Amino acid sequence: MTGFRQAQSPDAPTPHPEAPGKRTEQLSMQQALNRALDEVLAENPKAVIFGEDCGRLGGVFRITDGLQAKHGEKRVFDTPLAESGILGMSVGLAMAGFHPIPEVQFDGFAYPAVNQIICQIARMNYRSRGTLPMPITLRVPSFGGIRAPEHHGESLEALFAHVPGLKVVSPSNPHEAYHLLKYAATRPDPVIFMEPKSRYWQKGDVDFGAADAPGAGSPAGAPTGAKVMREGRHLTLIAWGAMVSRCLQVAGLAAEDGIDVEVLDLRWIKPIDADALVASVRKTRRAVVVHEAPLTSGLGAEVAQLVTQGCFDTLKAPVERVTGFDVPYPSGDLEDEYIPNIDRILFGIQRVLEYKRG
Amino acid sequence: MDTLPLPDGGTAAPPPTPDQLRELYSLMAAVRHLDAAAVAWQRQGIIPGYAPELGQEAAQVGSGYAVDTARDFVFPTYREMGVARAMGVDMVAYMSTHKATWHGGLYDPVASRLAPIQAVVAGSVLHAVGWAHGQTLEQNDGVALAYLGDGASSQGDVHEAMNFAAVMKAPVVFFVQNNGWAISVPTERQVAGGSVAARAAGYGIPGLQVDGNDVIAVLDATRRAIAHCRSGRGPVVVEAMTYRRGPHSTSDDPGRYRSLDEERSGAGEDPLGRLRQRLLDDGIADDAFFAAAQAAAAAEEASVREGIEALGPRPGSEMFDLVFQETTPALQNQAASWREESEHV
Repeated sequence: MTGFRQAQSPDAPTPHPEAPGKRTEQLSMQQALNRALDEVLAENPKAVIFGEDCGRLGGVFRITDGLQAKHGEKRVFDTPLAESGILGMSVGLAMAGFHPIPEVQFDGFAYPAVNQIICQIARMNYRSRGTLPMPITLRVPSFGGIRAPEHHGESLEALFAHVPGLKVVSPSNPHEAYHLLKYAATRPDPVIFMEPKSRYWQKGDVDFGAADAPGAGSPAGAPTGAKVMREGRHLTLIAWGAMVSRCLQVAGLAAEDGIDVEVLDLRWIKPIDADALVASVRKTRRAVVVHEAPLTSGLGAEVAQLVTQGCFDTLKAPVERVTGFDVPYPSGDLEDEYIPNIDRILFGIQRVLEYKRG
Repeated sequence: MDTLPLPDGGTAAPPPTPDQLRELYSLMAAVRHLDAAAVAWQRQGIIPGYAPELGQEAAQVGSGYAVDTARDFVFPTYREMGVARAMGVDMVAYMSTHKATWHGGLYDPVASRLAPIQAVVAGSVLHAVGWAHGQTLEQNDGVALAYLGDGASSQGDVHEAMNFAAVMKAPVVFFVQNNGWAISVPTERQVAGGSVAARAAGYGIPGLQVDGNDVIAVLDATRRAIAHCRSGRGPVVVEAMTYRRGPHSTSDDPGRYRSLDEERSGAGEDPLGRLRQRLLDDGIADDAFFAAAQAAAAAEEASVREGIEALGPRPGSEMFDLVFQETTPALQNQAASWREESEHV
């Protein structure tokens, strides 16, 4: 991440104007997530938080810090160290009327639980003909960028988005983190909540009053759909999670060269906001999708297809993908070579801008 | 075989009354008849497949009979017809899974207290732990019964479930039907040490091995295990030693892996014949009772068959409507395309 820390460029989104009675605070994403969980526990007596080290320690990323002390050991508890057990147990708790909010400590450790996630959580509502809903909000510290050991930097969005019965969301900043988690944790369906761990400690304004400003394809005030984070005329950068702030940086740099880049934060990877994708690219006529996950069969392919389907007649160039490579996530020394960096995103923009038909 | 002291310190559970013994026999006779009929239905093309439980009537009826459907909850595998019947689940709705009508069956799992049928071996064992821990959190006295087999005991989820339950003192009865065979692989090549119940000691919880072909022993052991759980003492493993007399499923050919002689010697005494002899010896039932039980079983089978034959496919729209509680635009679009292109609406 060296050299790519979040820039408060003049083009960064400005906080929403304060409405009467609304509160805005500057928080890190870790604090915003913690606040959201605290409120969910207070508002829903059936909400329970559990996982490895979630209780006394407050989680290895401290997202559940202080919650056990405040809400008690029945609401926030540690489990033995077994991810399949954590997710399998979530199914039974949901069947008993609870809203489980389990944590898998790191993305790569969701793999041992994939059987329970895919074969059980994703299917129980269907299998039971809607009589046993699975209101499970699975929090997964996700993606790379923290020089962590192997299995601590995976991007699982395409895997989970491909599974019928799951919803997938990833916040890009503290404001989004607070509102998207509060929303996800009150839904009656299973949601995989992918927290960009490289963004946990960056601060940003959280407007507690406004769930959201109106965005393309998303009704005002609803933390659903995608969100335009920066408006532009020449090209749309599409991203989610940690890549959104990088795309905003790129947009700032591109502006110096007179290129007016729109940045669309997808937010919901499933359901994907096709209307917002199409609305943005109809306007800009060019699109680059950016993700940390490997290229092949990544979510960028889905985005490219949706954009092509909706904008084929007006597209100036094929949709470009700037992504991780088809390699296992590398060690920390090489991760800056793997994660799309500013230069690679700028090259992607250049390829699209310079594309010539025929 | 093993026994488990009652939570109140007593050792003698009240034995089943004569009425209860007769009811157990009637249930086992109904299950035996329906099970054999289901195999025949498959041969006749009425249903595409079935997993028979022939030989496991005592293990299934005895344990299912111990369940209090007002407060307990059962997590079955795909071979628990006898449990479902003993719990009073609608048999047409239960058998609909084998008609390929709906994977989980058409019965209401919440009202039936029977989780939907699912086919991942050991897949639901952890669900029982979560449900049971929920009872602890809410200070309810419900007990979860997790059904699994000797084959499932090889799955890591079973270890995780037993360990979680023991750590959390969750009220779970792990009811293992050790029927000797996991499709073609015998217990001796499946269960190291020869006993799933013996593993309970490693978790610091009680483990009982019972004669799974003796319905009275199974009922007694299950009642003790449930009482233990209900009293807040944590989980119990009950391993009912029985024998899968039939094939794994209607697609299986046991002749490829075991001889008829092996089947005869391995199966032991028939659980139904054994209870019949007991009832005769004790003067609790006579030939007229057995004839009536058989006639009732045949009538029940005929009625269930009629229901199954009358069962049409579910509307295709349910494919889309039942994925989520809150549907998605993509699903709505796919449902609209399906209606237009397949239903020509």
